[in-house]
Amino acid sequence: MSNSDSGTYVSYLDYEGKHKGLMGWLLTTDHKRIGLMYLYCVIVFFFVAAIIGELMRIELIAPGETIMKPQTYNGMFTIHGIIMIFVIVIPALPAIFGNFFLPILIGAKDVAFPKLNLFSFYLYLIGAIFGVLSQFIGGGAPDTGWTFYVPYSAESSTNVIYALVAAFILGFSSILTGLNFIVTIHRMRAPGMGWFRMPLFPWSLYATAWIQVLATPIVGITLLMVIAERVLKIGFFDPALGGDPVLYQHLFWIYSHPAVYIMILPAMGIVTEIFPTFSQKPVFGYTAILFSSLAIAFIGYFVWGHHMFTAGISYGSRWFFSFLTFLVAIPSAVKVFNWVSTMYGGSIDLKPPLLFAIFFIFLFMIGGFTGLTLGSVATDIQVHDTAFVVAHFHYIIFGGMGFATFAGIHYWFPKMFGRMYNNTLAYTSSIVLFIGFNMLYFPQFILGIQGMPRRYFDYLPQFQTGQVISTIGGFILFAGLLIMVGNLMWHARRGVQAPANPWNGVTLEWQIPSPPPHENFDEIPEITHAPYLFGTGSDNKTI
Amino acid sequence: MFSGASNMAEGVDRAFVFIFSVAAVFIVGISIFMIYTLIHFARKKGKPARQFEGSIKLEILWTVVPLILVMMMFHYGWSGFKNMRKVPADAMNVTAIGRMWQWEFDYGNGMKSKELVLPVNKAVRVNLKSVDVNHSLFIPAFRVKEDVIPGYENYLWFIPTQVGDFEILCTEYCGLLHSSMLSKAVIKEQADYDNWFKTFKASAVKNEPDGYLLMRNTGCFACHSIDGTKLVGPSFKGLFGSQRDVLRGDKKITITADESYIKNSILNPDADVVAGFNKGLMKSYKDILKDADIKTITDYLKTLNQAK
Repeated sequence: MSNSDSGTYVSYLDYEGKHKGLMGWLLTTDHKRIGLMYLYCVIVFFFVAAIIGELMRIELIAPGETIMKPQTYNGMFTIHGIIMIFVIVIPALPAIFGNFFLPILIGAKDVAFPKLNLFSFYLYLIGAIFGVLSQFIGGGAPDTGWTFYVPYSAESSTNVIYALVAAFILGFSSILTGLNFIVTIHRMRAPGMGWFRMPLFPWSLYATAWIQVLATPIVGITLLMVIAERVLKIGFFDPALGGDPVLYQHLFWIYSHPAVYIMILPAMGIVTEIFPTFSQKPVFGYTAILFSSLAIAFIGYFVWGHHMFTAGISYGSRWFFSFLTFLVAIPSAVKVFNWVSTMYGGSIDLKPPLLFAIFFIFLFMIGGFTGLTLGSVATDIQVHDTAFVVAHFHYIIFGGMGFATFAGIHYWFPKMFGRMYNNTLAYTSSIVLFIGFNMLYFPQFILGIQGMPRRYFDYLPQFQTGQVISTIGGFILFAGLLIMVGNLMWHARRGVQAPANPWNGVTLEWQIPSPPPHENFDEIPEITHAPYLFGTGSDNKTI
Repeated sequence: MFSGASNMAEGVDRAFVFIFSVAAVFIVGISIFMIYTLIHFARKKGKPARQFEGSIKLEILWTVVPLILVMMMFHYGWSGFKNMRKVPADAMNVTAIGRMWQWEFDYGNGMKSKELVLPVNKAVRVNLKSVDVNHSLFIPAFRVKEDVIPGYENYLWFIPTQVGDFEILCTEYCGLLHSSMLSKAVIKEQADYDNWFKTFKASAVKNEPDGYLLMRNTGCFACHSIDGTKLVGPSFKGLFGSQRDVLRGDKKITITADESYIKNSILNPDADVVAGFNKGLMKSYKDILKDADIKTITDYLKTLNQAK
């Protein structure tokens, strides 16, 4: 193992292989460079979708038309959803941190199929470009919502087909990445790294990868069926053609509910790496966290019906899906208890990554408990398709997955770029983001319970107070984003040089220089103990 | 905590209160514990981290306790719901018809009202019917909501327990004016309801022209008024025979609104778009309206002119 930071090695950022300069990036098969290319794309698309979100918030500051027409608003919540879901939250964590750190964390030089990995990236880029194109050509921006519910999506005269094709291509990218990771984890762990010596972020990627591989094809074929419906008038889903609109909802959610776990499992994996490092003590309940990931991935396949409690589905299936939805809450609760216990008794250094991770726990708890309101049939009847649901999934996806991503980028930034960011700015941005986030989304819980539906361009006057608070929160949140991204981008090149192990972490990424050399390890390490072994006080126990 | 106005409210609200109470205890409790941990175990020289890796007892405890709690939540959620699918035999029947972008309530025999007028304390079954895309009938004060899906026979039922006006909203996204697809549930004392129904019955039987009925059932009036009001599309008032400034492709031309213009506008709505309105909002009615229907409509539009 090399722990040299004396500058005698060539980092992956400076490495020159067959191709140089820009081509050295565009044609790279280095998992770390591919990870960074995903990162830059995600930042660009995230700002596009976030600005669209802000525009919607401005529109909703007062009832009636404020800055845009209803058709524009409908197009905006559609593309906001498509970009955020298909281009950002589903691919981001596996594609950025999975690519960059999975091989390093298991002691490998790269993923199993480096060329396939680059191909996934280009599929991703093509899919994302199709998504953006759908806004600008032909019949106008798609206005179906990211859920593409038939019959409306079969009839809308807008560019629905472009958006469907975009989601289809992005799905393929996701499947290939998942496949690549499964093979990598099975075949490329360093000698001595048995399954139960593998760190928990790779474990969460493993659970995620199976969902990507098994569930994504279902949405792929479903989207193709909608295209066939529009082009060939086949009649799968549109009752005017003899089809069944509820069948579409089943097929869509069979993928799109497990997709929520594609988003959140790697996020849980990231914070699971952060708590032990900043507490300087092993993960509490390694086995429990590991099996809860697998349990979430497994049970998560069987709860899709809770998106359809009001769709006239049978009495029995409402019982079944409600019951299973409550079961899937248990492994998430187990994780929260284990994270908190990991900090207990530690030597805690509240650095920005840990602060973000703690905000993650808080927001994830609110998102999780409000999810139970949606799993319980009686209460779901009241809040289904209202602002409550919007608040709930933003707490899970943005408060959960988003804040875990922020935690992850602050945790691994020194390793990825070999530089340190400014701590004061990082603390400031985390607190501004936390305040803005809660102001933006918490009022929407209350609006939803009072009966404010989602996807509403206009609303009844009694809902205005909550909408105004929410819009102000949106601006604060956006300011926090700018501070955070500014801090990181500025210091990626100009920051103080980072040591190999700034946080005193024990997993493999901290045993190699920052930034890592081209193929990570001079020689493949031998693993002789469990992954989270701090100090010398412990008895070197392997689980 | 909430103000419910139907027999469903109690069960729903009880489930809300139980889930939110458990949530509050856990969120506050865990947050306080985290803050305590952060302060008490903050990094200090000479106070190393204690190296322990887990506890089977604790894992069992925090699997079993949440399991019991969520099963209780499931129980409250289910018992608040199960009544919602069991309509009493003596319930009165009304059919709610959802179309882009208005509600209509059919009391039978072609008697249709824009508002859902009902007597208090009497069970009502609302049958849900869509003539175009998915909608969802939501009455927040009554805690009822069911989707209105074309080709499906869904329903909901409730007993209103308070006299007054209550919002009806559409909660399944249905296109351009989804957020304007509103109505009211008007709950009256039995005697007031009987009076209303008498007047309603008398006015509903009034013969409307065929063209008007056809256009109402097709949904034309959601976007086009007949009194000159500007909606999503141009009004039909004074349309027939007038000079229209339209965009054909990118070219602005003026044409006379005659029979062939009206037919073309129904079949190819984007061919000639009246200046000041947007294209792409209206679908073609090619497979929906026959030539004879279009003639009926045109004849009716002519009468709108004479009335002026």
